[in-house]
Amino acid sequence: METVFERTRTLKDCPTHYCPGCGHGIAHRLVAEVIDELGIRGVTIGIAPVGCAVLAYDYLDVDMVEVAHGRAPAVATGIKRTNPDKIVFSYQGDGDLAAIGTGEIIHAAHRAESFTVLFINNAVFGMTGGQLAPTTLLGQSTATTPEGRQADLDGFPLKISEMLALLPGAIYIERCALSSPGRIGQAKQAVRHAFDLQVRGTKGLSLVELLSPCPTYWRMSPHESMEWIENEMSQVFPLGCLKRDRSGVPYEVQV
Amino acid sequence: MSTERVLMCGNEALAEAAVLAGVDAYFGYPITPQNEITSYMARRMRSLGRVFVQSESELAAINMVFGAAATGKRAMTSSSSPGISLMQEGISYLAGAELPAVIVNVMRGGPGLGNIAPSQGDYFQATRGGGHGDYRTIVLGPATVQEMADLMPLAFDLADQYRTPVMVLADGLLGQMMEPVVLEPKAGRTLAPKDWALTGADGRPQNIVRSLWLQEGALEELNYKLQAKYRQIEQSEVLYEQDLVDDAEIVLVAYGVAARIVQAAVRSARQEGIRAGWIRPITLWPFPVKPIVAATESPRVFLVVELSCGQMVEDVRLAVEGRSPVFFHGRPAGGIPTAEDVLDVIRRLVIGGVQCAGRD
Repeated sequence: METVFERTRTLKDCPTHYCPGCGHGIAHRLVAEVIDELGIRGVTIGIAPVGCAVLAYDYLDVDMVEVAHGRAPAVATGIKRTNPDKIVFSYQGDGDLAAIGTGEIIHAAHRAESFTVLFINNAVFGMTGGQLAPTTLLGQSTATTPEGRQADLDGFPLKISEMLALLPGAIYIERCALSSPGRIGQAKQAVRHAFDLQVRGTKGLSLVELLSPCPTYWRMSPHESMEWIENEMSQVFPLGCLKRDRSGVPYEVQV
Repeated sequence: MSTERVLMCGNEALAEAAVLAGVDAYFGYPITPQNEITSYMARRMRSLGRVFVQSESELAAINMVFGAAATGKRAMTSSSSPGISLMQEGISYLAGAELPAVIVNVMRGGPGLGNIAPSQGDYFQATRGGGHGDYRTIVLGPATVQEMADLMPLAFDLADQYRTPVMVLADGLLGQMMEPVVLEPKAGRTLAPKDWALTGADGRPQNIVRSLWLQEGALEELNYKLQAKYRQIEQSEVLYEQDLVDDAEIVLVAYGVAARIVQAAVRSARQEGIRAGWIRPITLWPFPVKPIVAATESPRVFLVVELSCGQMVEDVRLAVEGRSPVFFHGRPAGGIPTAEDVLDVIRRLVIGGVQCAGRD
């Protein structure tokens, strides 16, 4: 019988701890598939965040380090600077990257560090019980905004990718969604391009933001969550490429 | 560097010694009074094709060290008191993940922003772990510019051998003052290969560097493993220096730059016929308990001198366990006791009896 679908090598064969309908499983699979398609499993070093994906190394069969909350871009800097021949990626949620680790990600981009960031935006703190994240939508109810996020008290949704796209050191920024098979296919192309920039030795930061469902703390069914990404979340966080250096000109010369 | 004597400040001697010890990467953020280390490393590391990064904060610096160390590289950072406070999160993670790293603290006055004058006010923070959790950090306390250099290869070897963060605890006086120093590469310890390091899982199972252990009993097991390592360090790695203790009626205990003040005071006391001696801990953790216990075997008075309001004095009292009276003399936050001050306290304790105590 012909095999038409199988588990990719870098994704481990084990039960998941993620909630039903969570987007992390899809995102993990995209990373694993891209690593295998590029043939870089033996030269890749990954960084797990603090948050729901802290155990990413239980699923991704590459060398991995688990680091303090928000500090992944600093750790990635230490790894990539001392191992420029390795492919380095951090996998971070919106609490990790857009709240406690804002300083680290901005300065990693600012220094044009040459690693890849998978930024999982599900508009909420998942692991600690569904609290307000910087990316929470206005009006969205969370454990710490029970009446819904109010701009005058809780601020506006933070658009980290748009901020990073302003920096010369960020060479590729794209926002995708995990809300349909078509969107997931687009997301995979983005993840592949980001890793491929490193494989080709391109100087500068590559980041793919993935709008990802959290049915548990959105209090929706998985299907409703996918629709909410399409109809609500992607209105605030528009999908598409925010920065792509097509010039082929080295970073130093551009500046 | 040849074996000739050169005149250097402590910060630069320490930096060059780290280079000779094979440091692969230096990460740091500017803070006085240790800026000479960062500037020296910026020039020297890049000229050697090694890694130098000026980080956006001390938090980032220690996590860059964490990343480089996780791949098996020799990595270090340096800072001064307020910056070291910021690094405590990362030091706790280094201890939990069992990663080797060297952290230099050129202490200044505190608490808070304090000042930029020499101090020994961070002894508690350094020797008690500093960050969260049940861990220890090896702490080395140099007393001369030469020792600022000599302790660096040892710091890297200890970090690698025991897979643990090592702190070099100097102060602004040692960092800034210039003394003759000989800098030469030294043969290091024979160390096990770093088969745990993240190098890419090519032809082997994945390596994971972590400090999260959620399964029942798993974290307890890690803690017992760490404690067994700490007991071994206490057994094998204590360093100290002592002189004139055997017949002494008063034994002075001091580390770092305070020990040099004490040595001058003891020389003067001996000239006056007072039988004084001194013990200088070089490893502040593990603390040299045995020489202090040995010195309590005949009736004696201890006097601890520090550039603080009294921190190491607690370790001396723990070692003495009430067998002898222990007194303290010190000044915090940039105040430096003179040898004459210390000699005066010695005179009053020995000639005038042991009534006087506390701050003089």
